[in-house]
Amino acid sequence: MKAFAYERARDAAAAVAAGADGATFLGGGTNLVDLMKLGVAEPQRLVDVSKLPFDAIEETPEGRLRIGAAVRNTDLAAHPLVRERYPVLSQALLAGASGQLRNLATVGGNLLQRTRCSYFQDVTKPCNKRRPGSGCPAVEGEHRNHAILGHSEHCVATHPSDMAVALAAIGASVHVLGANGERTIPIPGLHRLPGERPQHDTVLNGGDLITAVELGAPAPRSVYRKVRDRASFAFAVFSVAAVVEPADGALQDVRIALGGVAHTPWRAERAEAVLRGAEATPERFAEAAEAELAEARPLRDNAFKVPLARNVLIRTLAELTA
Amino acid sequence: MDADLTLRINGTEHELTVDVRTTLLDLLREHLGLTGAKKGCDHGQCGACTILIDGRRANACLALAVAHDGAELTTVEGLAQNDELHPLQAAFIEHDAFQCGYCTPGQLCSAIGMIEEARDDGATLDAAEIGERMSGNVCRCGAYPNVVAAIADTIA
Amino acid sequence: MSVATKSVGAALSRVDGRAKVTGQARYAFEEPVEGVAYAAAVTATIAAGEIDAIDAQRALALPGVLAVISHDNAPRLGETDDGELLLFQSDTVHYRGQIVAAVVAETLEAAREAAACVRVDYAARDHDVELTAEHPRLYNPEKVNPSFPADTAHGDAEAALAKADVVVDATYTTAPVHNNAMEPHATLAFWEGDDLTLYDSIQGTYGARRTIAQVFDLDPERVRVIAQHVGGGFGSKGTPRPQSVLAAIAARMVERPVKCALTRQQMFASVGYRTPTIQRVRLGATQDGRLTAIAHDAFEQTSTVREFAEQTCVATRMMYAAPDRLTRHRLVALDVPTPSWMRAPGECPGMFALESAIDELAVACNLDPIELRIRNEPELDPEKGIPFSSRNLVACLREGAERFGWAEREARTDGRWLIGSGVASSVYPVYRSPSKATARFEPDGGYSVEIAATDIGTGARTVLTQIAADALGVDTEHVRLEIGDSDFGQAAIAGGSMGTASWGTAVVRACEALLAQGEGEATVNTADEIKAQSELSRHAFGAQFVEVRVDADSGEVRPNRILGMFAVGRVINPKTARSQFIGGMTQGLGMALQEESVMDRGFGDYLNHDLAQYHVPVNADIEDIVAAWIDEDDGELNPMGSKGIGEIGIVGTAAAVANAVFHATGKRVRELPIRLDRVLA
Repeated sequence: MKAFAYERARDAAAAVAAGADGATFLGGGTNLVDLMKLGVAEPQRLVDVSKLPFDAIEETPEGRLRIGAAVRNTDLAAHPLVRERYPVLSQALLAGASGQLRNLATVGGNLLQRTRCSYFQDVTKPCNKRRPGSGCPAVEGEHRNHAILGHSEHCVATHPSDMAVALAAIGASVHVLGANGERTIPIPGLHRLPGERPQHDTVLNGGDLITAVELGAPAPRSVYRKVRDRASFAFAVFSVAAVVEPADGALQDVRIALGGVAHTPWRAERAEAVLRGAEATPERFAEAAEAELAEARPLRDNAFKVPLARNVLIRTLAELTA
Repeated sequence: MDADLTLRINGTEHELTVDVRTTLLDLLREHLGLTGAKKGCDHGQCGACTILIDGRRANACLALAVAHDGAELTTVEGLAQNDELHPLQAAFIEHDAFQCGYCTPGQLCSAIGMIEEARDDGATLDAAEIGERMSGNVCRCGAYPNVVAAIADTIA
Repeated sequence: MSVATKSVGAALSRVDGRAKVTGQARYAFEEPVEGVAYAAAVTATIAAGEIDAIDAQRALALPGVLAVISHDNAPRLGETDDGELLLFQSDTVHYRGQIVAAVVAETLEAAREAAACVRVDYAARDHDVELTAEHPRLYNPEKVNPSFPADTAHGDAEAALAKADVVVDATYTTAPVHNNAMEPHATLAFWEGDDLTLYDSIQGTYGARRTIAQVFDLDPERVRVIAQHVGGGFGSKGTPRPQSVLAAIAARMVERPVKCALTRQQMFASVGYRTPTIQRVRLGATQDGRLTAIAHDAFEQTSTVREFAEQTCVATRMMYAAPDRLTRHRLVALDVPTPSWMRAPGECPGMFALESAIDELAVACNLDPIELRIRNEPELDPEKGIPFSSRNLVACLREGAERFGWAEREARTDGRWLIGSGVASSVYPVYRSPSKATARFEPDGGYSVEIAATDIGTGARTVLTQIAADALGVDTEHVRLEIGDSDFGQAAIAGGSMGTASWGTAVVRACEALLAQGEGEATVNTADEIKAQSELSRHAFGAQFVEVRVDADSGEVRPNRILGMFAVGRVINPKTARSQFIGGMTQGLGMALQEESVMDRGFGDYLNHDLAQYHVPVNADIEDIVAAWIDEDDGELNPMGSKGIGEIGIVGTAAAVANAVFHATGKRVRELPIRLDRVLA
């Protein structure tokens, strides 16, 4: 690890100013310190934002939940209102990482965590995300865990966060404080597809500080299903966050996000279009899954994710609407 | 680049000056002779370094010491009171919840943190729930069922 | 049975339990030594070729850096069989991840940063890292580990297969897998004049001493290796590893104690692993399931540094009888790290293939797989034609079946889960190796016993205390056992499941000699006794039963319950024995479902080189696991009547899982690990 200057942010404005000046924000450290040890991240100046007053979970006047960016994953998952109104979010958080990591990891940091692609993590290998223009060895190399949707020839990595998938299904907005003031970015929308510039995971500018995440309407009928290679403490091979609002045997609203398939949490809009207003039947679920996955472009060795996604999505919808 | 910080470790206050890159794990092991917390992977992937930071279990290997200035740490060395073992330590011995012992300090601190978390959650700690909540502590010797039994025994 | 038993057979809690649960137990990197400096390894980023130049300028300029070591300035080393230990002697790169330089510094942080700053220029050549059954450079090794013939043949297996009523002909593959003990390999070395002491993370201090002495061209008397607590090994610490040599070289150069721990990532290149295998098993049988022909071909890899040939087919030579048999091992040297021992080398991958093929034969003959095995139970060792000292495989199968509810098993569906059960045999040979022990009367009325045994988590400290106590006719509180020090003389390594048998024999004889003497101390070396033992086929046996649930949508496989029923002679300590069996079975589960070191053909390294990407079982993976054993009285083993138990647990587990997956899904997966994508395919 290279040496760096460390300071605790006095307040949000000071943090943003430091960020605009090239400093890197430190939250819980569970991703950043890992990357610093790997040499993937080499910040010269660390600004610790974990102690800023963004650690509350509050109900807004409209009955939504506003979650401070410094709230720890454990606390978010355990909050009674989250468990009651957004079970998909609680489930997603608890499906991720380990108890120890969740205790330190912040909501802001979780959103901004980097891909687990083996090539990205190894500084002795080329990677367009880490070193633009150096190439993407995963395209022709080992890519079982990589994308089937939305990828480009420059990058086929996936986003590893479970929480982000749940937020994408719930619909959320991220409050950001930047050099030019405050703004709100929706989820989905925070994370980008790789395109020609995979080095940018999100639409944020350097120095933008996430201050809060505000959840959309309550999603009491929701679930997170994660498929992984061992029973716990493993990243998703595939996951789905589904939210339904049933009304008289039909689906008034449905929101679905997929994990483990793309550079972002993947909002399954085509599937939603098939299901919205329709009857909740196995045939409809299959039609929806097929509509979404028709766009899939699997790589040489990860085509299994297509039937996997199809089967699990259908089953998840069936169980959720039963 | 060095930094000054204060930590309260197992009840004792320490004023320290450390390389800003030093993690709590290396601080404990290399600077304070508290080698109980173990380095298994150094990247938060095995849990052998689990300690309690302000009462909560956390991986010491990913915690920069400077970022935890002022914190209260509990390590495995702080679990026994004088010569009397913590009930969980005694249960581990009784149930043979370890073999090589390298993951054991992490298992113990993690379990103590976990029991508290479950209480806060209102969760029922049956074997499956214990197993899930302890999955951040890898044991290559395979002592898992005995770890679960020792924990279950302690909270009974 | 020579030894009256009071302590032996008791479920004594580990004598080092308190030390381990209080964090007082010291592992190699933790031994408190004044003035110690830190060494960090620099590893090759090409898979084959040469080092052109090493530029240490930037590294040396960093504060706290004491030295940079490479083939440019390292001392000449002596000779040893294990080329992996001859660090910094040439500019050849044999595999990606090979240690090519090292930094020594005042602090860990400085050493690591400086290591990243050492610039190495390479002349790379094309690398070859892929094992196939058709590889043009496959050759017939003279021997397979440790000294078995590579090929055996009896009768004419090809002809017998050609005319058999029923034939199974299947190819099975096992992935490369890494031991991944929880404690990374670490050594603390210091010199006092020309005397070298190592605190090492090692499975045998005496053998290590001999090897290190060779490497440094020293009289072994000048070398001392100490290993009081070792955080697991599973074979990877059976012999010294590069960091032992690195630390000693560094200590000499900077004239201070130096300690070096490999990173988890580095462990995927430097400390051995189990070779991948491609195995073709052919079984010929009559309609009623009696084997007429057995053929087992194994293809595996070694490195260009040194030959290691895993003895994959050896279990097939003695498990079941058939008049016509052949086994063959073929090896290719690739630009990969040297494979070596991992829990039950040979038996483990070989029995996966054999016990899967036997299951396929049961299906082909429409026979219960247990009945099939019973029908082919040999009278004598088929290979050697001599009697077994004891063989209770059938009893294990029957008793295990009873306990498991085998007769009631049915492939069934429960929601989205497909449920099925499988069975497989386990076996592990019984070895004993010469060891020396010293027993002594102590002034306080108690006794001390010294032997260079090692406790790597097996419970050796505890069982040897029990064995000594009974041999002396006292309670365990009156025995102080000292182990883990090469100064105590020759002793077997903690490996090959031979530890307790080897050390226990020495401890018993030393205690007997002491009592006969009546005073002072007595030292015994068991070499003669072991050489004189009768010629019998000695093995431990077991039966593995597994019930799995398979997710019909995702292909995820989870174990509902796992049972191992073993016949291992006298169980010395039921508490620690149960832990060993379960530990082995847990690793077997990992082998079956999760573990796989992925060789990246483009870069030539094991790509998933950390514990987030290389999956070992976690707590939630193990739901219901039981280890049990039958009574077995075998007087032809050792004074304790015990067989080794450290490795047998892993042997049959993967096949039992694969057989259960077949029962549940109708799909025969012949490649390990049984990943969800393989189930879905």
